[in-house]
Formats: sequence, structure tokens, C-alpha cells
Amino acid sequence: MKKSNQTLIANVARSLRTSIAAATLGAGALALSSAALAVDFAGDRIEMVMPFKEGGGSDTWGRFYAPLVAEQLPGGPVMVVKNIPGGGSTSGANQFQLRAKPDGRDVLASSASTMFPYILGDSRVRYDYKDWAAVLASPTGGVVYVSADLGIDSVADIAKLKGQDLKFASQGATSMDLVTLLALDLLDMDVKAVFGMKGRGEGRLAFERGEVNIDAQTTSAFIKKVQPLVDEGKAIPLFSYGVLGKDGKIKRDPNFPNLPHFVEAYEMVHGQAPNSEAFRAWKSFFIAGYAAQKGLFLPKGTPDEVVQAYSEAVAKVVAKPGFETEADDVLGNYEQAVGDDAQMMFAEALKIDDAAKAWIIDWLNSRYSAGL
Amino acid sequence: MIETIASSLLTVLSIEHIAYLAGGVCLGLMIGIFPGLGGIAGLSLLLPFLYGMEPTSALAMLIGLVAVIPTSDTFTSVLMGIPGSSASQATVLDGFPMAKQGHAARALGAAFSASLLGGLLGALLLTAFVLIARPLILAFGSAELFMLTLLGLSMVGVLAGNSLIKGISACGIGVLLGSLGAAPATGEYRMSFDNIYLMDGIPLVVVGLGIFAIPEIIDLLRQNRAINEASELGSGWLDGVRDVVRNKWLAIRCSIIGTLVGALPGLGGSVVDWIAYGHAVQTTKDKPRFGNGDVRGVIAPESANNAKEGGGLVPTLLFGIPGSGSMAVFLGGMVLIGLEPGPAMVGAELGTTYTIVWSLALANVIGAGSCLFLSKWVSRLTLIPYALMAPFMLMVICFAAFQATRSLGDLVALLAIGVLGVLMKRFDWPRPAFLIGFVLAGGMETYLYQAIQFDGWSFLTKPGVMIIAFITVLSVYFAIRAKRKSGDDTSETPTTEEPPRRRARNLKPQAAFAAAVVAFFAFALYDAFQHSFLGGVFTAGISGLMLVLSLTVLIKLLRGQVDDPVNFDNEVEAGYDSDSTVARLPHYLYWLTALVLGCYLFGYLIAIGLFFVAFLMTKARTSLVRTLSLTGAAVGFLVILAHLMVLDLPRGLLQDLVQMPWPLS
Repeated sequence: MKKSNQTLIANVARSLRTSIAAATLGAGALALSSAALAVDFAGDRIEMVMPFKEGGGSDTWGRFYAPLVAEQLPGGPVMVVKNIPGGGSTSGANQFQLRAKPDGRDVLASSASTMFPYILGDSRVRYDYKDWAAVLASPTGGVVYVSADLGIDSVADIAKLKGQDLKFASQGATSMDLVTLLALDLLDMDVKAVFGMKGRGEGRLAFERGEVNIDAQTTSAFIKKVQPLVDEGKAIPLFSYGVLGKDGKIKRDPNFPNLPHFVEAYEMVHGQAPNSEAFRAWKSFFIAGYAAQKGLFLPKGTPDEVVQAYSEAVAKVVAKPGFETEADDVLGNYEQAVGDDAQMMFAEALKIDDAAKAWIIDWLNSRYSAGL
Repeated sequence: MIETIASSLLTVLSIEHIAYLAGGVCLGLMIGIFPGLGGIAGLSLLLPFLYGMEPTSALAMLIGLVAVIPTSDTFTSVLMGIPGSSASQATVLDGFPMAKQGHAARALGAAFSASLLGGLLGALLLTAFVLIARPLILAFGSAELFMLTLLGLSMVGVLAGNSLIKGISACGIGVLLGSLGAAPATGEYRMSFDNIYLMDGIPLVVVGLGIFAIPEIIDLLRQNRAINEASELGSGWLDGVRDVVRNKWLAIRCSIIGTLVGALPGLGGSVVDWIAYGHAVQTTKDKPRFGNGDVRGVIAPESANNAKEGGGLVPTLLFGIPGSGSMAVFLGGMVLIGLEPGPAMVGAELGTTYTIVWSLALANVIGAGSCLFLSKWVSRLTLIPYALMAPFMLMVICFAAFQATRSLGDLVALLAIGVLGVLMKRFDWPRPAFLIGFVLAGGMETYLYQAIQFDGWSFLTKPGVMIIAFITVLSVYFAIRAKRKSGDDTSETPTTEEPPRRRARNLKPQAAFAAAVVAFFAFALYDAFQHSFLGGVFTAGISGLMLVLSLTVLIKLLRGQVDDPVNFDNEVEAGYDSDSTVARLPHYLYWLTALVLGCYLFGYLIAIGLFFVAFLMTKARTSLVRTLSLTGAAVGFLVILAHLMVLDLPRGLLQDLVQMPWPLS
């Protein structure tokens, strides 16, 4: 009880402080330049809403960043991770939309699983990415590979896969695997998807068992767990998904400089660059699923100064000497997008036009009874 | 090889390592004793500190925590009948009856020494097994895993109780409740009424608490006595240790089962306990009293579930696939520390793997040892009058249920499953069978669908599948034999001491419940036809079969077949109906309903405070001062815990309407 009383008092004091600050601000707003307005989180506890369970990729990502970002924020607050799982991450994001206060003490960790249902217009979604301000985007990459039993040696033979009996073990058509399923469809490969896997790891296991013969993994999993299979001659990498350049174009993945990216693979098969509705949809989901897979967001109405303070803090974290080596296990070797760059990436993902959106929903419904 | 083993052994036995390990164990025990939190909460409390720590020390703390999860859970499952996690559900079956008979210390002694043995044996087995585990795990595909779920399901025969037909129907209710939510093949939402909570399916923890803990709490409250029937403890923890020594082969067999089944990714550890329990029932020759406080029913699951934690390390380390929630957090911790699982863990990193495996064994020794030491005192909890304990237990159960998805839906689901549990207990629809069905539903459907997609029906001819099928047939054979034997026992030695069995003459309440079950199956069948073929075929098949079975039960009851095994009404058999000191059945269900309703209106914290005051004043008849201090202690504890664990307690309408200061918001 004592503790709670103290916290209660601290809370009252805090709100008093803010209101006094607000009053002073109101009175002297004209006289003050915006730079003089100090954002200070000293003694605060910042909550990072994590719409996933403890453990797992996004939680690990959030717990990696939380202390680093907190350290660089003005006043050096404490940042804690608050897990609100459920609804394939829509529950936590819904709560964030509904309850988060725009004072910089509530942030959201979002992932591909939060973004996909939003783009697809899932009925469980009650949040709007357009309301939020992104301060950080963490990219990852992905590689599609096949079993050596299919009798091809490299991506040059990709055309030979047409008409072969291909199986892919998937978590679900509207999960991150949408990017893979759609990519293979765009390459005219006839792939039978077997659903119900709990995570990409199980899909890889099915590949190793020989139950399926085509699979895709994110970069870090590919390097640690599939590369040994490649070295043994059991797996043949086909193409990477590439990375999103600042000009909005897809480029080769720095982790796999010798592997063509998806657009190159498409050109090998079709002889021309992709420009269909299907491709535009794919690109949108590729960004949401890979190029800007995880992100840190501030809620609607957060003052620009606070957003600025966060962007600067994240920039400092990323620029710290030694960060890259420290972060390698969690983030992989990718450039983190900060502030406006992160905003740009998410905007790019949400840019999907109505025709492409209608196409993808129809594709998911007719092919996989997705019920959208 | 020998060098690796020696250097890992030196690391494990260094003072610094042991100190960190013990730190992790202490933290784990303190948190793990609180049901529903288990080690996951402990791990997430620990995670912020791991970053920046020296990797081997951080690893030691992590392992210390993970190792004691299935150990500290045992306290509440034995003493209070509250299964803290899926790892301790089977322990409740015999552990709690033992506590009620005054043998709490003995049950705990047996449980912890079995845990100790299981943990040590598991580590020993793993040392060799980890080297050959990779090909073995790769040999277990979807087809084999599906057969394994069938093997688990065959335990229903063992746990069915008096009437097999009711046992299978109860299992069917479990399977259908377990397949609520997204269909594995298509993602369509089944039986979920567009409700976001139901779309995710009902969490296992909530089902375990509702089906086992709530009925027991209500039963004890109605009789208004302490958990322990006798006024003092009838035996000590040393008796429990002796029990384990006497049943050492059972414990050893169950440890092996635990390690091997625990190592299979996908099924998780949730069936291990039931397989071990079923194994104990099948292989016991002399006068078993399973379900009524047979110590072997405690030893088997406890030795298996600690060994399982070691087994669960194998897919986590080798493939990066966590088999359970705690392993998922462990994996996250490993990544933060800078250790990446993969094939290298049995190659270049073999030393690290051995360090982990043996640390786990050592943590088991420390954890189970301190629990053994504590059990003498903790078991005295069973002597406290129940009206005084009950509000605390309900608070704990609600809090534990709420951990599942952190929404009010958890509490509503707890209440609904609790009502189902109370009725199943009353009419003797076996609850373990229900739970096995629930646990296995997801895996059964998913693996069957995947196996057919991968291989077609020819998956049935795979050698692994045929071996497991053979074991399943054996298991069913032993189950029938065990059943017949126990049947003979009762007929040969007519129970001279016990009064003749009272049987219900009025079958209407039973028939009403059976009719509700039939209606549920009919609805499930209807719902199955609203979906695509792949989305509905599994539930359609199960509900169709169950409809026939449950109709048979209903018809027997409607015809008034009093002597048929389907007839059972605990109100009559236990003599509650003629005993005026026993409260009526729905009485305490109303209290529980009021609590959940209160959470909906005022939020959890206010509701639990009001509940405490009202309950202690009217039921326990404590003085105002004592009531207020107990309430204050409970609420204060909750607030501190919620703050430390970074979670919002359930909010009510009040909080949506009015801005409240923390912690009331």
C-alpha cells in the first residue's frame, strides 16, 4: 500500500507539473521559440505496448531497443515492455489506439502481423496507422530456396520449376507468408501451400524433413540455419526479396550480394519488369513484411517536439559506435530507418492503390478461402 | 569430446555460475508459486537485466528460472487443486485428494523428490541424446505427430472413470472447445460469433483453472471446512521421499518418457504429463486408487514434467523452435545474450549446450531441494478454514486466468468453464478426459491435415506411424486390462467399511445436462457446415460421432436406467442433498458470477476489494478490522505485482466513463 501511495502521489505531482508547464507554455508561447520547449522524461516510466507474447521475434526486438532508446531520451527515463497479446496482434494495437496518451510515455511496437490485417481491412482492426508517427523502422530480408532434389543448380534454371510439384509449409495465407505465396504466384510457379505451421521455424523443419520442397526464411534464420544446408548441397537459394532503396526501388540485399532479388527473378521468367496490380500489391506487403517489418510508433496527437526527441534519441542509439556489432544477432546487418526515413517507408507500404487492394483480397478469397 | 565435457562441467560447478543459477532459482520459485505466472513472468522480469550481463552468468540465471517452473507450480496443484500451468494439471488428480486426506506433506515430498529425480535423469539422458537428436527429430513429421496425438487420446480410456461412453463424450466436448477459433487449414473462425476473444480460442490455462480449480473451491466452500479433512497432517514429507524410492522404476520410466516426448517440437510438453499419468495407471498391478489420492499419480507426472523441460531444450537449441511458452522466452533471452540456436549447438558450440543441460540439472537440485525443505511448513496451509482461504484463492485464480490474454474475456471464460466444471464434477463426466481432448484438439487436426497434404493417405504406411499405432493399440489393451482388474477388485472385496453406494433416483438434472451436451454437439455440427470443406471437416466428423454417443447417454437417462453406469449424481452420492449444513450448489457460483460482473462494472481491483470485504464479513465472519487488513494486504499485493510486471488489471465500465487515478485505472 505504501508503495502504491507513493506512486499515486508521484502521479498527481506529475500531472500537476504537466499542467503547470502547459499553463506557462500557454502564457509565454509567443515569446518562446520551439527549441526552448524542453521535453523531459526524468523519473518517468515509459510503456512500450507490445502486442505479442513474451519471447518471439518482436518481443526480443522491443526488449533490445527499450533500454537503449530510454538511455538517449531527455531525462533518461525507464522504458518497460507491456505485452498485450491476442487477435494476431490487433488487440494490443487496438488498445493503443484507444488508450495511449499523446505525451511520449506510450509507444507501440508494431510488426508485419500488425500491419497486414490493417492493409487487408480485417474486421478486428480498430486502429489507423495514418494517425501515428513512426520514429524507427527495422528492416529484414528474406530468401526463397528450394530442395536440391528438384534438379536445378541455381536461379538461372528457375524456369524449370514451372509445372513441378512444389509444396510450401505456411503459417497462413494472410500471415507474413503472403509475400512468399504471392511472389511464387507472380513467377508462375504452381505451389501447393500447406497451412497450420506455427512459425517459420516449423516450415523450415518441414523442409528439412523433406515434407516440402520450397521454403522462405528471413535473413538471420537463413544465414544461421539454412546456409549449412546450402553448403551440404541440400538446399539451393533462388532469390532474395531485396531491400527498399531510399528512391523506393528494390535493390539487392547487402547480405546476399550474389543473389538476384525478386524483381530480377521476375525479369528472368517473364523477360520484362513487373508492373501489374499483383506486383503493386506484392510490393506493399513486401515493405510491410520485410523492408519495414518492425517499427516504433507514437500515438495520435503527440506533439512534434516529443516526436522529434524520440527521433533524435533513436538516431543516437543507431549511430553509437559498436551498435552494429551489438545489434547483429537481433537486427541482422541492415540499416535502421529513423524519423522521416521510417515515416517514408511506412507511407510507401500504405500507398497500395484500390485496384491492387481489390485484386489481392479477391486472390486471397478465391484461392485460400480467406474470408476477407 | 571428453575435453568439452570436462570444461563444461568445470564451468557449471564454478562458484560464480552456481551463485547466478541459485539467484535465478530463487526468483523463479518466488514467482512460480503464484499460479498462472509461472516462469514466463519471471523470465520477462529478468530479461531487461540480461542485456549487458556477462553471457554465461546471464545464461545461468535464465536456466535457473526455467528449471523451476514445473517445480514451484506443484505447491498450488497439490495443496489447493489449482493447476498453475499445463505442466501440473495431471498432478492435481491425485495430489489434491492426498492433501484433502491430510497427506499434503507426503504428496509434496513425493512430488519434489520425483521432480528431482526426473530433472537429473533427464539431464543424464540428454547428454547422450542431444548428439543423435537431430535425425530423430527430423524423423518425426506431421504424420508421426498426428499418431502421437492419437496415443495421447487413448489415455481417455484410462481416465474415463465409471462410464466409458461419458468419458469419450467428455473428451469430445474438449476437442470441440479446443477447435474453437481459426481453422488451421483455412483460418476461418469456427463457433466464435464474431467475438475477438473467441476467435483466438480459449487459452489452456483458463480451461485448466476453470475445469479443476473452480469446482474444488466451490465444493470445499459448500462443506465449509479446511482443505484437510483431518485436523492435522497425517504424514510427513519423508514418507513421500520413501514413496518415490519404492516406485523408482515408475519414476525412471516416466523420466524417459518426459525427455523423449518433450523433445518433439510441435506437441509441446502439454501431453507429456497425461501420457505419464496414463502409463502409471496402466502398469500398476496392485490395488490402484488413482484419482482418490494414489501417490503414484503424483510421482509419474512430476518426474516426467521436470525431465520434459530438458527435452524441450533440444528443439529450442538445435532448431530454434521453442516447444513451450517458457522455452520461447528462453529463446528470446538467448538471442539477447548473443547466442543463436542452430546445428552449431551440437558442433562447435557443444560445450555451451552441455553447460546448459547440466545447469538445468543443477538448478533442479537446488529448486526441488528448497521446495522439499519448505513443504513441511507450506503444507500447513491446508489446515486453515476454507472461508478464510477462498477469497485469496479466487483472487489468485482470476489473476492467473487474466494472465492468459490480459483481457476481461479471460474472466468470463473462466466463469463459463467453471460452471461446466462444476456440472461435470456433479454428474461425473470425467474432467481429465475433457482436458486431454482440449489439449490435443489443435495438434490432432493440424497434423492430420498436414499429413494428408504432404503424403496423401499413404502416410498411414510410414514405418514411424505404424510403430506408434502399435504402441497405441498396446496402450488401449493395457487400459482395458487395468480397468477389468480394478473392476474385479471391487467385486471380490465388497467394500465392508464404506456404506453402500447411494444412487440417484431422480435422473432429471443429469438428463438436462446431457441434453445440453447434445445441443452443443448439434450446434458444432451445424457450425461445421457453415465453413469450407477443409475448415469444417474435422469438427463435423467429431461432432457427428459425439452426437451419437451423447444421445445414447441422454436416452439411457431419460428411460430412467438407474443401475446403468451412466447414472451418477454427486449431490446424492456424497449425501449433499440430505445434508442441511451443505450450501446449495449454485450458491457460490452466484458469488463468483458477482465477482466477474463486478470486474466488468468497476474493474478488477475495486471488484476484488469489494468481494473480499463482503465475503469475509458474511462467510468467514471476521471482525471489521481483520477484514479490512486482509483486504488491504491482498489489494496492495496485487497493485505492486501489477506495477512490477507492467500490466493493466482488467478495466471496467467505470474506468471507461471516468478518468481514475492509478492504480484504479
